Amino acid sequence: MTDAPPGGLRPLALYVHWPYCARVCPYCDFNVVRDRGRRQEQAQLASAIVADIAAHARLTGPMRLTSIFFGGGTPSLMAPVWAAEIIAAARAAWTSDEALEISLEANPTDAEAGRFAGLRAAGVQRLSLGVQALDDASLSFLGRNHGADEAIRAARLAAALFPRLSLDLIYALPGQTPEAWTETLARAADELGPEHLSAYQLTIEPGTAFHRAVGRGRFTPVDAELAAQLYEATQAVLERRGFDAYEVSNHARGAGARSRHNLAYWRGWAYAGVGPGAHGRLDLDGGRTATAAAPGIADYLAAVERTGLGWGGAGEVLTSQAVAEERLMMGLRTEEGAPWSALAALSLTPSHPRVQALAEAGLVAPGAEALRATRAGRLVLNAVLERLMV
Amino acid sequence: MFPIERIRNFSVVAHIDHGKSTLSDRLIQETGGLSAREMKEQVLDNMELERERGITIKAQTVRLSYKAADGLDYVLNLIDTPGHVDFAYEVSRSLAACEGSLLVVDASQGVEAQTLANVYQAIDNGHEIVPVLNKIDLPAADVERVRAQIEDVIGLDASDAVLASGKTGLGIKDVLEAIVTRLPPPKGDPDAPLKALLVDAWYDAYLGVVVLVRVMDGVLRPGQQIRLMQTGASYRVERLGVFRPANTPVEALGPGEIGYFTAAIKEVADAAVGDTLTDERRPTSQPLAGFREVQPVVFCGLFPVDAAQFEDLRAAVGRLRLNDASFTFEMETSAALGFGFRCGFLGLLHLEIVQERLAREFNLDLIATSPSVVYKITLTNGEVMELHNPADMPDPVKIEHIEEPWIKATIFTPDEYLGSVIKLCQDRRGEQRELSYVGSRAMVVYDLPLNEVVFDFYDRLKSISKGYASFDYAIEGYRQGDLVKMSILVNGEPVDALSMLVHRQRAEMRGRGMVEKMKDLIPPHLFQIPIQAAIGGKVIARETVRALRKDVTAKCYGGDASRKRKLLDKQKEGKKRMRQFGKVEIPQEAFIAALKMDAD
Repeated sequence: MTDAPPGGLRPLALYVHWPYCARVCPYCDFNVVRDRGRRQEQAQLASAIVADIAAHARLTGPMRLTSIFFGGGTPSLMAPVWAAEIIAAARAAWTSDEALEISLEANPTDAEAGRFAGLRAAGVQRLSLGVQALDDASLSFLGRNHGADEAIRAARLAAALFPRLSLDLIYALPGQTPEAWTETLARAADELGPEHLSAYQLTIEPGTAFHRAVGRGRFTPVDAELAAQLYEATQAVLERRGFDAYEVSNHARGAGARSRHNLAYWRGWAYAGVGPGAHGRLDLDGGRTATAAAPGIADYLAAVERTGLGWGGAGEVLTSQAVAEERLMMGLRTEEGAPWSALAALSLTPSHPRVQALAEAGLVAPGAEALRATRAGRLVLNAVLERLMV
Repeated sequence: MFPIERIRNFSVVAHIDHGKSTLSDRLIQETGGLSAREMKEQVLDNMELERERGITIKAQTVRLSYKAADGLDYVLNLIDTPGHVDFAYEVSRSLAACEGSLLVVDASQGVEAQTLANVYQAIDNGHEIVPVLNKIDLPAADVERVRAQIEDVIGLDASDAVLASGKTGLGIKDVLEAIVTRLPPPKGDPDAPLKALLVDAWYDAYLGVVVLVRVMDGVLRPGQQIRLMQTGASYRVERLGVFRPANTPVEALGPGEIGYFTAAIKEVADAAVGDTLTDERRPTSQPLAGFREVQPVVFCGLFPVDAAQFEDLRAAVGRLRLNDASFTFEMETSAALGFGFRCGFLGLLHLEIVQERLAREFNLDLIATSPSVVYKITLTNGEVMELHNPADMPDPVKIEHIEEPWIKATIFTPDEYLGSVIKLCQDRRGEQRELSYVGSRAMVVYDLPLNEVVFDFYDRLKSISKGYASFDYAIEGYRQGDLVKMSILVNGEPVDALSMLVHRQRAEMRGRGMVEKMKDLIPPHLFQIPIQAAIGGKVIARETVRALRKDVTAKCYGGDASRKRKLLDKQKEGKKRMRQFGKVEIPQEAFIAALKMDAD
């Protein structure tokens, strides 16, 4: 166990993976399964997650729980009572921070909107609503099981019920013009009342239906030039409305509106992952340990049954270089950057020739405390990281 | 020693794929050289690569014992020859050791370019020729048409051609009888001083250097002190034997006989092919005519992809050279590719085969630079130099003129592709010498500069003719040409491995092709990269690799960290295969692809 920071317990974020979806979206490469209404299996999974949390707590010892994030899958399909049980288990397992953030990802269908009140009552304060687009044609292309009107209704209800609302949108759909995209973005920001927006470029991931469709020539992903224009338009539209681009794809109205949970990832804090396929980073005796729960539901249940932990207790202890690499690649995504102190294992310092060269090209800004990527640098971050990680 | 009148020495002349090896195997089998059980497919092509590609690279020899229809025992020595032009020197030495040839023609395909070149060589050597129409079991076989072709194109009487099928064994007895009755026995005097032709030499892991000889006069015996007349070196014969095809010791080799010996010869290069072997104490006064020395005509640089493999490459080229005196190498350094070797080859197939053997037998991952021919440069001070590597080109102001090698190319093609074939030859600065028809096939003869041919001529020919055209060439000599050195600059830095000598009129096209290709092969960087082709200071073609516009992962949360890190690590690993040019990283694959230009 590493030393606790003076004056308190070390922070911990908790990720809960709920893998069920009413329909699997054609662009999604997450660990998801079709929800076939297997209530019994879902109840078993919820209990296993509760057990997994308790086992994690025994492993980590006392920590300060700063956030819980229900992701998926579609956790808004979860019965609110299970959400409540899981939250209670987490609160019991660690010491809750006074500003504990509890987020849940939701789909904007009428059916799910019917659960919002129950999820709020279970303790969720921040809803991350996957509206994705605000016109029926785009939603249909994206294979979503809701129309624009339904999404708007769900968003308005969520804005009324939850103290904090974030919306997810997807851009760079084939044929999308910067004008059409900025109009969607502006409407979402102006009319639906979010404090936070995540705008993701449509990415064609291997193994998805879209990947196969592109392979068969059904559609062509937008080129890098248009994608860059759309990205730049996103920054401009949201900045005018008071949203800071605090991460590559995330925008918040003020510091308090930022996702505390996601910041934990980008800042390299410890996080526990429970539920099928969930990943974690824990500071154990051997050092920073990467954990990955069994991705299959049955395998996950079996692992919890056998060891208490979804990842079976056999994590990967990361080398100091790997830890620094993660810190770099996650940190440079944010406005904050990555502190030099965390990059020592990569021998990166403000005077390093590669850092200097990238700084001259206007891609990074080496500050006194931290290395940051500039806005131009964030646009080509993969290439910047490649230069820094060699 | 076997009675000379019952010896027949013959070789087999054929185009690639016409079934020469299968037929030879049948002859071995029929005469009991190997039992059916011992018989492996195509015994003579025993190099893995030879079998796989169905070609013969090294000449092989086998001694067959045959009881003919006249009731007498005969010794038939078969020297199997390579069919490809690159190995023409092997063909010529094999032919010089025989009195006759079987001309094997595929009865379904007819006469091809290589058939022609090799059969003329056999005729020039004074051979008796027995035409054999092979593969007559095929439904597409057309005996009469091919018979007529042999008469029209080659001018040989094919009325008594033997009909055979190596595959089914049909007509094999007839072939053997034809060898005995229609080919002449060798001539020679067993009492004269020893005179033998050094036909071939190779390195055997167990026996060391093995020398193949044809005895003309006198007798060769184990223990005998012999002298190689050209080098003057003297050796004591250790083992003496023949191939049946397994090596079998014999007590003596007399006139007309073909066999091998070993002695304390250190390197293959010490046993010069074509040299005359004689008795140290009782030498012959008249050496044999010998052969023209083999000179590499195509050069290219070979570099290890992984610089750490350089020493392995050095060892490998050394090993290959042991067995292939026609392959030459010397060390070369390239800013682009690091340490490697400038290697010389007999032709493109030879180059390809050496490359493949290095990859396969020595497990080396190599980059080959674009093949270049040997230029003769006359300097203003009157000096003449040979240029093997464009990188060594002297300052143009010191050059009086440059000469380049030309070839005479013979191409056979079905009529429908003739237009494209002619266009290809014209585009490559060809000069037409002859155009004639053989049935529905056209035969075109062109003079072509070798430097246009080494590039990708053969690939292009195959592709425009859907594989139907056949091609053969012979070096004709040197001609003066308006040649310039073209450099490729990436971000202002010349890339030595990509520079080449080209004809001035072709420079712009080649330069354009090169920069367009490089543009697609160099990944976008964080800045834009100009790619230029230049002659001296003058840019003749330019392209730009635009700067990377957007390259960032949209989503990266807790569950993505491992995957993303591993991806970056993999890219980092991939970078090891990149070469740094100033600020630009060029993937190895870009060199390989750029040097393998395929389209005009």
